Amino acid sequence: MSKLEFEKPILELEAKIAELRNVSSDSTVNISEEIGRLQIKADRLLTQTYSKLTAQQKVLVARHQDRPHFLDYIKGCIEDFTPLAGDRNFGEDQALIGGLGRLMGRSVVIMGQEKGNDTDSRIRHNFGMARPEGYRKAIRLMELAEQYQLPIVTLVDTAGAYPGVGAEERGQAEAIARSIEKCLNVKVPLVSVIIGEGGSGGAIAIASADRIFMLEHSIYSVISPEGCASILWRSAANANDAAAALKMTAEDLLELKLIDGIIPEPLGGAHRQKDEMIKTLATQVNKSLSELTPWDGAKLVRRRQQKFIDMGRAA
Amino acid sequence: MNWLTNFIRPKIRSIVEAKEIPDNLWQKCPSCEGMLFHRDLAEAMNVCYHCGHHMKVPVKQRLQSLFDEGSWKEITVPRVPFDPLKFKDRKRYADRLKETRVKTGREDAILVAKGTMDGLPVVIAAFDFDFMGGSMGAAVGEGLVVAAEHAVKTGAALIAIPASGGARMQEGAISLMQMPRTIIAANMVKDAGLPYLVLLTDPTTGGVSASFAMVGDIHIAEPGCMIGFAGKRVIQETIREELPPNFQTAEYLQEHGMVDLVVPRKELRATLIRLLDLSMRKMRDPRQRLGGGDGDNAGGKGGRVAGKSGGGIKAKITRAKTGAKPANVNSASRKKKAA
Ligand SMILES: [Zn+2]
Repeated sequence: MSKLEFEKPILELEAKIAELRNVSSDSTVNISEEIGRLQIKADRLLTQTYSKLTAQQKVLVARHQDRPHFLDYIKGCIEDFTPLAGDRNFGEDQALIGGLGRLMGRSVVIMGQEKGNDTDSRIRHNFGMARPEGYRKAIRLMELAEQYQLPIVTLVDTAGAYPGVGAEERGQAEAIARSIEKCLNVKVPLVSVIIGEGGSGGAIAIASADRIFMLEHSIYSVISPEGCASILWRSAANANDAAAALKMTAEDLLELKLIDGIIPEPLGGAHRQKDEMIKTLATQVNKSLSELTPWDGAKLVRRRQQKFIDMGRAA
Repeated sequence: MNWLTNFIRPKIRSIVEAKEIPDNLWQKCPSCEGMLFHRDLAEAMNVCYHCGHHMKVPVKQRLQSLFDEGSWKEITVPRVPFDPLKFKDRKRYADRLKETRVKTGREDAILVAKGTMDGLPVVIAAFDFDFMGGSMGAAVGEGLVVAAEHAVKTGAALIAIPASGGARMQEGAISLMQMPRTIIAANMVKDAGLPYLVLLTDPTTGGVSASFAMVGDIHIAEPGCMIGFAGKRVIQETIREELPPNFQTAEYLQEHGMVDLVVPRKELRATLIRLLDLSMRKMRDPRQRLGGGDGDNAGGKGGRVAGKSGGGIKAKITRAKTGAKPANVNSASRKKKAA
């Protein structure tokens, strides 16, 4: 498990509590009072720390390897998930997974980037960085949703689209552009949640949606703070400054009116209480789908497009 | 050819080798390193007359070379919020923006213009690379939306001419949102049955390439221009492989199915006019409009049917007649229609 530097005091307290628990079960000495006291302290520290995370700390939390990933959500809240593979043109891209499934009783098409959680799976999923095939599969799945009249859910978690020779060769830019275009024109409800990293074009390719949510500690940005720092500050060491300047946190995007809402995370971040996080996300997505279900396709598309046209315009 | 080129150049060339280039008169071709005299270079529209290398061309000159009589009318792009992020790197974005505005005399990195090409109504949305590398923020996105709206309203074709390093980082996620916004703009034009052409120029990368620039009806590119999603350096750092020699050039993209035509600068106007003339045929000659009549006497009847329904095509034809005169309108069909 990777450790976050700023969580150190909390982790120390938690370790101490665990130690005391061991002692108390082994001996007759009653130290539950001490444990209780420390627990309150740890919780308070956790609340304090997580209520005022800096942008750079959010970046670390958003990228935390123990954070629930796409497949965790699938396991946790999608019944009968049936992955569909391939873009019917060139290949299958495991960086972007999608298929049919049931969310709280409702049939949906669900897709998203999967980063993987160990060396093997990370390589298999290309660290969640999709190639053109991934985006073309996304388009294919959106078309399928239209045909079956099923709503679409996308869970975004990517550092960005994959920068490679093959990806460029096969038209990464065109694939992303077409995927955005499909999102904007699809005649069924589309709900997107940024669950970790919303990295630039590779993220918005599947997130040009009717309802866009960000998890409380997720990030969504046009460029990574490291990339931005190395260009504008001429040093990746200024990533902290770039993270703050780019206004990439959920609160920032809500304030800029670029997203529709923030889904709260459990105390201490999604990586502490995966199950709770998955349940909260499922409930919110289901609620949004219920709101959007009565709208006919034409109205959905009109409102969706109008929402984007209005973004960033003078009030 | 002027006397200076003919008679002085060899002399200057020797001076050049002594590294005393008179700044304004001569410059080196970045590709073949041949010396280029400014007036000749301007005449060649910034294309090296030794090797054919296409250098950047200022946006106004670009428009001059495309529109009829080199003239157009600028369409004002509504103002967007100024520096919404209060962004500051080593310098404040607000200051950078103000300075660039003074330097370029332009509000932002896009120029939207309307005019005609061989009499056909055309809106051009052209990037100004000199304005912060042509980066796309809210103002540029708004420019494309306005251009599309205007094209639809007036029944004009839209030609987008990107020259951009990608998104404007200093506008954070707002610049990211210009990707869907500009794609919606492109779709407005397509949905109206009007041509949406993209002329890809050097460079077209990042969020610009991955949005409106890659959803054109027809993609035309200038020779050798750089088009791609990810930057070469980023790719090299990621994969640590040798990049193909013509990687991300116009020719490379054409080979890989992403570009229809690679056209030298001096042939662009003629090529675009040919495409517009072919694709907007129904505007030139109503008799060629599909489905407008019963098959006999299609021209006249088609015109009247459209007139009765007050449909979009009729409106477009009317505008074409009253606006700058289309060169080849079939006068017989016009008379018939009027009758
Ligand atoms: Zn040359």
